[in-house]
Amino acid sequence: MLYINCPHCGLRSQNEFAYGGDATVKRPELNKEISDQEWDNFVYLRKSPRGKHLELWHHISGCRQWIKVERDTSTHEIFKTYKANEAIE
Amino acid sequence: MSQDFRLDNVGMVNREKKISFKFNGKKYFGFEGDTIASALIANGVHLVGRSFKYHRPRGFFGVGVDEPYAILQLDRNKERDPNIRATEQEIFEGLEVKSVNCWPSVNFDIGAINNFLKMFFPAGFYYKTFMWPPSFWYKIYEPFIRMAAGFGQASIKHDKERYEHKYEYCDLLITGSGPSGLASAYAAAKNGARVILAEDKPRFGGSLLTSDVNIGNQTGVEWTEKIIAELKSMPNVTVKNRSQVFGYYDHNMLVMSERISDHLPKTQKYLPKQRLWYIRANEVLISSGSIERPLVFGNNDTPGVMLSSAAKEYMKVYGVLVGKKPLIFTNNDSGYETAIEFKKNGVNPIILDTRSNPSSDIITEAKNLNIEIKFSYVVVAAKGYKKVKSADIAKISDDKKELFNIENIKCDCICVSGFWTPSIHLASQSGNKSKFNEKIDAFVPDKSKQQENTIGSANGIFTLEETIKDAFDKGFDVSNKITEKNNKVSVPTVVEKKSTDHDKFWCVPLPKGKSYKRFLDFQNDVAVSDIELALREGFRSIEHVKRYTTLGMATDQGKTSNLNGLQLVSDIENKVVPQVGHTTFRPPYTPVSIGAIVGREVGKHSKPTRKSPMHSWHEKNNAVFVDAGVWLRPRYYKQGNEGLFEASKREAKNVRQNVGVCDVTTLGKIDVKGPDAAEFLNRVYTNAWLKLPVGKARYGVMLREDGIVMDDGTTTRISENHYHMTTTTAQAANVLSHLEYYLQLVWPELNVNVVSTTEQWAGAAIAGPNSRKLLMKLFPDLDVSNEGLPFMGYKEADLFGVPAKIYRISFSGELAYEINVESDNGYFMWEKIMEVGQEFQIQPYGTEALSTLRIEMGHVAGSELDGRTIPYDASLEGLVSKKKDFIGKRSLNRSAFTSTDREKLVGVVPIDKTTSIPEGSYIVKDPKAKLPNPKLGHVSASCWSVEYDNPFSLAIIKDGKNMIGQKLFAMSPLKNKTIPVEIVSSHYVDPEGKRVRS
Ligand SMILES: [Zn+2]
Repeated sequence: MLYINCPHCGLRSQNEFAYGGDATVKRPELNKEISDQEWDNFVYLRKSPRGKHLELWHHISGCRQWIKVERDTSTHEIFKTYKANEAIE
Repeated sequence: MSQDFRLDNVGMVNREKKISFKFNGKKYFGFEGDTIASALIANGVHLVGRSFKYHRPRGFFGVGVDEPYAILQLDRNKERDPNIRATEQEIFEGLEVKSVNCWPSVNFDIGAINNFLKMFFPAGFYYKTFMWPPSFWYKIYEPFIRMAAGFGQASIKHDKERYEHKYEYCDLLITGSGPSGLASAYAAAKNGARVILAEDKPRFGGSLLTSDVNIGNQTGVEWTEKIIAELKSMPNVTVKNRSQVFGYYDHNMLVMSERISDHLPKTQKYLPKQRLWYIRANEVLISSGSIERPLVFGNNDTPGVMLSSAAKEYMKVYGVLVGKKPLIFTNNDSGYETAIEFKKNGVNPIILDTRSNPSSDIITEAKNLNIEIKFSYVVVAAKGYKKVKSADIAKISDDKKELFNIENIKCDCICVSGFWTPSIHLASQSGNKSKFNEKIDAFVPDKSKQQENTIGSANGIFTLEETIKDAFDKGFDVSNKITEKNNKVSVPTVVEKKSTDHDKFWCVPLPKGKSYKRFLDFQNDVAVSDIELALREGFRSIEHVKRYTTLGMATDQGKTSNLNGLQLVSDIENKVVPQVGHTTFRPPYTPVSIGAIVGREVGKHSKPTRKSPMHSWHEKNNAVFVDAGVWLRPRYYKQGNEGLFEASKREAKNVRQNVGVCDVTTLGKIDVKGPDAAEFLNRVYTNAWLKLPVGKARYGVMLREDGIVMDDGTTTRISENHYHMTTTTAQAANVLSHLEYYLQLVWPELNVNVVSTTEQWAGAAIAGPNSRKLLMKLFPDLDVSNEGLPFMGYKEADLFGVPAKIYRISFSGELAYEINVESDNGYFMWEKIMEVGQEFQIQPYGTEALSTLRIEMGHVAGSELDGRTIPYDASLEGLVSKKKDFIGKRSLNRSAFTSTDREKLVGVVPIDKTTSIPEGSYIVKDPKAKLPNPKLGHVSASCWSVEYDNPFSLAIIKDGKNMIGQKLFAMSPLKNKTIPVEIVSSHYVDPEGKRVRS
């Protein structure tokens, strides 16, 4: 079970969190004309890298904040965690 | 009372307390502190089971977790507990155990015929035999394999025992209380660290309990007692026996199972049977020790052949002799310790040492005790069927290839020592690679992957002096990283007689003309010949050889067999062991009760139960409840002999004719607040929200980004910047997460907060033509006329002194209101509604009637919004704004979603007006068409229309809007029904929606 450092609450066990997928995806702006391809990429296409990956976790049984976690998908090493809108290093 | 094999005044069992138990129906006795194994051996019983494949007789091989043979089934309070190791289970008064893998009895086992057919059971037997023809699988092969497989039977009854879970944190977890565990725990504890020391056995000390050593001028046992007593007195230390750390998971999370009352006579009232500890440790020291390696020779699985360390432990800990004419077969000094122990207890052993000319203090001691020692000697084969009676022994050449002077000598047990294998399982689970240590012919952990170090013999350190010194250092180092107290204790002096010198020889060659089975894996019956065959057949990877032959795949995970298997492969392949590599160790290290893993989350505790504040009223009024997510909701209120059908029909009818009240507390409620709340809702819902006035409610639909309907519900503008959102019961949590996602990540510039208020409000829906009259009586001071409180209107008022909120919304399609009060006032509100409603013929209605009412009206719910439908499919397209953008809108332009013949919501009525259509039925054109019959859609919800008194269903079918009036068929292969139906509008009752506005 992972040990995730919530930037708001501190170190908490994984079972307090829900996984939220790829954090690098950016939603297209509202009312913006975009191609089918662009939209499909946003809705369906996700990277699944082996290694470092920035992902979303939701601290549902804690502060209820969405956070970003930089994690190695093969070793589970967590390098850094960020608040929802913190700049990513 | 005398036991033939029990020594007087030796060992640690409590001679004051005699305990009787039953094994295979026969009564035996032992002492408190005995295991089943030690008590049976004391009684001279060695035959305890039959092997897995050949059903050969099985005795005891080890004395702990490594035991491959003595797997029994325990009956406790009429519950069956399979896969119990006799070497671990302590006896208690009334214990009943029996052998597994034998029929009709362990002494006469019909399956043993497999042993005489063993030429037909080579490696891969199952793969080769049970292949063709496929039709044989079901009736012949599978029953055969099922009968032959398994170690005992699991109980099919509910396990009444209690199991608990515990979460713990510590600076340092130490997994084993042998010399390295004790030393490191002591050093770390003295340095101020919070330490957990776990020992899987009842007694602490590990090898110190049985080895003839001296630490700080004390015996091993005395030193152990002193350290344990001191550790127990320290507030920063938790010391646990009968506790096995069996799994090492990510981020230094380890799981330990503590056997709390497994050794006690009956279910303890205030104690769980077992407790599972989830331990998050800053640092871990793995001190799980090492397991003695068998030597391989002919018939080495005969009962009476066992590890020499086990024989020693049976003597020293339990005061039990495993035999009176022991043969010690060793390639290192460990066998000498066992021999000396026999000698001290008046038994004359013979030592066969594979080495030609070894020397050490302990060998000198053995010689001085006049123990007969034969150097360069081996056991060729054990003789005897159910117990060792003699052994063929021989002199072996220096190159270990030739056998000379084969002779038969009498013996009643053969104690083997092939040196030691470090238990690297936990380190391996942590993610460490392992490296081969030539000096000890075994793998040790390589670089640490997590915050862990392996110490003592688990790390291949086999001298006590080095072990103690290294463990004190490691205990200090890892604790000092955390506490920085620099409090170092001094290392005691150590005296040990045996050396670590050993012979690399481990497998005795077959004499000419003999074909003895030489076993590697004792539990799965894998012999040397099986590995040889697998390699001949082309298997190379050790992972493949393992799976093909099942080497190391038994419940003992090959604790005694893995390394010898690797040695054999490397010998045949002419490789060194590290090139062959080894298979991966995975949790659990030892078998764990399913009950312990589940813990308290069984039956109604498997999920929380949520009840509305009115629950006790429903109970008192004969409600029959149904699970709605985690909520319990009244399904119907039973009157007299009514069943579900009659009751729900009565309740629904009463809503249509008079007035009904329904507990809607379970609906999800979310407060949406902030200056940008309207803009936010406008983005979340498909319809327009910017112009909703204060005091008005609106129905809304929200989508996922892929265009699929996520949820629906009404949201009311309570004040300028405050909205009260409702969601369906099932989606409440998902919707909240969804809103938080967009507010926190996508549109952080919006000044809005959301919070769940589901539990703050109790809700009652009053519905039916009389509901306004009822409302007038409930709120005499309020203008509840159609003008004063119009459809989708909202008012706050006082309900007999209790503040209430009134929403004029309707799910039933009738004139209806929903009243919310603070949860604590819910019961009061409900009673008042029932009391005042008497004169209007009010009746409570449950979810079944609620369902009927909404189906008749063609209102969609979870069965239509099933994660596959877009607004059009559920006939919600009228709520999709063409002007503004919102979550998921862009997806609705996808070609599949704009196709003109998409499935759409319709109503379905059986032609005969009497046959109910099962939910899930297919709608087809021709019931006799060739299979697979082209399916037009499916029936999503069915009810008995109380308006028309005939069955009515909703269905989602292809090109639904053009199908109205068509005569089709509903087919339910499950219920074996084909029903001619007519497709009608989904708005079966009041299609113009007059009633809600009346
Ligand atoms: Zn948090």
